[in-house]
Amino acid sequence: MTTTTENTARPSAPSRRTALAGAASVGVLVTTAACGGGSSDGPAADTGYETPSADLKAKITYGLWDQTQVAGLQKNIDAFTAKYPGVEVALNVTPFSEYWTKLQTQASSDTLPDLFWMNGPNFQLYASNGKIAPLTGAIQAGAVDPGNYPSALVDLYSYDGVTYGVPKDFDTIGVWVNTDLFSRAGVPLPTAEWTWDEFQDTAVRISQALSAQGIYGAAGGMDGQTTYYNTIFEAGGEVIADGKSGYASTDSVAGLQFWTDLIAAGGSPSIQQLTDTTADQWFTSGKLAMYWGGSWFRAALTDTDLAGKVQVLPLPKGTAQVTVIHGVSNVVAAGTKNKQAAQALQVFLAGKEAQQQLGSAGTVIPAFNGTQGTFASSMPGTDLQLFLDAVDYSKPLPVSKNTAAWNALETDLLPDAFSGAKPVGEVASDLAQKMDKALAGE
Amino acid sequence: MSEALPARASARRPARQRRVRRDGAWPWLFVAPLALGVAVFYLWPIVQTAWYSLTTFGVFGGTTFSGLENYAEILSDPTLYRSLVNTLLYTAIVLLNIPIAVYLAALLNLPGLRFAAFYRVLYFLPYVAMPTAVAMVWRIIFNGDFGILNWVLGLAGIDGPYWISTPWASIVAVAVVGLWSSLGFSLIVLSAGLKNVPPELYEAAQLDGASRSRQFRSITVPLLTPSISFLAVVTVIAGFQLFDLLYAILGTTNPALPKSLSLVYYFYRAGFVDNDKGVAAATAMVILLLVGLATAVQFRLQRRWVHG
Repeated sequence: MTTTTENTARPSAPSRRTALAGAASVGVLVTTAACGGGSSDGPAADTGYETPSADLKAKITYGLWDQTQVAGLQKNIDAFTAKYPGVEVALNVTPFSEYWTKLQTQASSDTLPDLFWMNGPNFQLYASNGKIAPLTGAIQAGAVDPGNYPSALVDLYSYDGVTYGVPKDFDTIGVWVNTDLFSRAGVPLPTAEWTWDEFQDTAVRISQALSAQGIYGAAGGMDGQTTYYNTIFEAGGEVIADGKSGYASTDSVAGLQFWTDLIAAGGSPSIQQLTDTTADQWFTSGKLAMYWGGSWFRAALTDTDLAGKVQVLPLPKGTAQVTVIHGVSNVVAAGTKNKQAAQALQVFLAGKEAQQQLGSAGTVIPAFNGTQGTFASSMPGTDLQLFLDAVDYSKPLPVSKNTAAWNALETDLLPDAFSGAKPVGEVASDLAQKMDKALAGE
Repeated sequence: MSEALPARASARRPARQRRVRRDGAWPWLFVAPLALGVAVFYLWPIVQTAWYSLTTFGVFGGTTFSGLENYAEILSDPTLYRSLVNTLLYTAIVLLNIPIAVYLAALLNLPGLRFAAFYRVLYFLPYVAMPTAVAMVWRIIFNGDFGILNWVLGLAGIDGPYWISTPWASIVAVAVVGLWSSLGFSLIVLSAGLKNVPPELYEAAQLDGASRSRQFRSITVPLLTPSISFLAVVTVIAGFQLFDLLYAILGTTNPALPKSLSLVYYFYRAGFVDNDKGVAAATAMVILLLVGLATAVQFRLQRRWVHG
C-alpha cells in the first residue's frame, strides 16, 4: 500500500500498517452494512430480481468512458426504451483518464450512476466493498445465462463465487504484421504455428535488414496486457495466484526474459525509445514490422495507408499457447434507488439482440457467443477470426482488489529488467516481494 | 492634549460609536463572500486534510485514527526525499526565468521599440496555453528518435539523450518547459513595475553619461526589486505545486518516473493510484509546511535586498 519502490529497510512498519488496514476495511464493511446498500446480508444472499413489467417507470443514468461507442449504445437504449417506454436512460460519458477518480468519489458519497461500465482491474475493489449488486437473481430467473459468454470473462467479473456482471465486449491479443516490411526485408511471413524462437529470429532479421531506415522487427513495451502478461502465461508462469505474486517463479522470469532477449538482440527498440514513441506509433508510422496488439487496434487502422498491407497472426507459442483476454461489463450500483430499471437495462444489454446491434456498430467485439461475425469480416483480407478463436486458449487479465497499486510497481521495476540494467531474476523477486506486501495490505 | 482626549471622546461618544459600528459592519459585509469562499474552500479543507493525515482512510470513506503512522511511513521513504530534491531542482531552474524576464522587460520597455505589443503577446501566449496542449507539443520536440531538439543538437554534433525517459534529463526537460511557460507572467508583472520607474531618472543618468547597461544595472534592476521579490515568492510556490506538466509530458508508464517524481506527483500516487488517502493527506501537509517555510524565509530575506 505504499507509494514507493525503494523502501526495503523498514522491518517493523508493515505489520502494524497491515493490521490497521485490516481494521479499516472492517470499519468500511460495518459502515456499508449499516447503510443497507443492498449488501447487508452478504453478496450471496442478495438475489432480488423480478422480471420487470412493461409499464416500469424510472429515470436512470448509465455511466461509461468511451465516446466512440455512444452511437452503438444509443441504438441499444432505443431498443430498450421501445420495450419499456416508461424508463428514461441518460448516458453519462466521462473520459477514461478521469473515470475512475470520479467513480471512486461517487462510490464514497453513494451517488454512483444506476448502471455503469466496469473493467477487470477495478472490479474487485467495488465488489468486495459492496458497491455493486450481484447478478445472482437474474441468473437464477434465467434472464441471463453465463454460458453464453467466454468463461474467462465471466470469471473476471465473479468475486467469492458470485457473478456481478457479464461482459458486454471482449478483446484478445495477436501479432499485427506489416507485410510490406517483410517483403522489403526479404523475410518470409511466418505461419500461424510459430514458436518463440522463430519470432525472435524473424524480428532480428528484419531489424538487421532494414536498420538503415530506422525500422525494427518487433517491439516490447510497458503494457502488460499486450506484452509480458502473455509471455508469462505462455511460459507457464503466473502474475498473481491465490492472492500472491507469481513473479518470483522461474517460469514467470522466462516470460519476462523473452522481452529482455528481444531488445538485447536488437529485435526491438529500447525501452527508452518505446517511451518516447509507443509501439503502436512505431507500427502505424510504418517503422515496425510486428506489433503485439489487441483486437481493438483494428479501429486505429481504418482509413490508413497501412490498411491494405496488414495481416494478423496468433501469438507465437511458448510452452503453451495463451493470450490475455479482457472485456468491459455493465454493473448495477448496489445503492441505486431504481434497482429494477437498472437491472432490466443490464439484462437487456447482455442479451443477444443488443449484442448483435453493438457488433454491427463495429468498434468492439460483442461478448455474446455467436454475435461476433461482423467483427471478423470487418477487414477484408485480414484474418480477424483469430481474435475470436483465441478465446479458447485465453486467460483473464490478472487483477486483484487494488490492481492499480501493483501495476505501478510493475511500471517502476520492470524497465530495469527489460533494458538489461539488472538481471531479470533479481528484478522479478524484488517485484514479487513488494507486490506481496501491497497485496497483503488489501 | 492627551489629558483632554478622554473628555472629548466621552462627550462625542454616541455619534462616534454609531459611526464606528456602521463603518465596522460594511467592510465585513463586502469581504464576506470572499472570506466565506476562503473558509469553505481553503481553510476547512486544510483542517480536514490535517485530520485525514492522522487516519487510515478506507477505500470508499470511513476513517480510523492511526496517529502519526502516515507521517512515519512517508518520512522513512527514500522516494519522498527524491521527490523533494526533484521539486527543488525544478523550482531552481524555473526561477531562472526571472533574470531572463527582467532583461526582456527592459528591452520591451525601450522607448521607440517597434511592434512592442506584438512581442508582448508573443511572450505571454505560452502562459495562457493549456498545460496539456503545451506538454503534448514539447513531448514531440523532446522525442529521442524523431524530435526536433535532438535533430538540432545532431547538427552541432551532439548526441542528445532520450529527454523524457532518462531520469536526470526528464526533470531538466520539464523544468525548461516550466521556465518557458512562466516567462509571460513574469514579463507582465515586470513591465507593470517598469511603468512606475520615473523617466527623469534615466534622463538624469543620460546627462551624466551613463551607458545603457549602466542604467540597467543601477536604475532598472534596483527599482524592480519589489516586483522581482513578488515573482520569486510566486514562482517558488508554483514550483512546489509541479504536477500537470510532469504528468502530461512524462506519462504514467515512463521508466524514468520513479526517479522523476515531484512532491505533488508523489501525493497523487498515494491518493489515487495506491488508494491510500491517509498517506496522501500526510504528504499534502508536508508540502503545505515546506511551502510555508520557503515563503517565510523569502519574506525575511527580502528586507535585505528589496528596494524601498
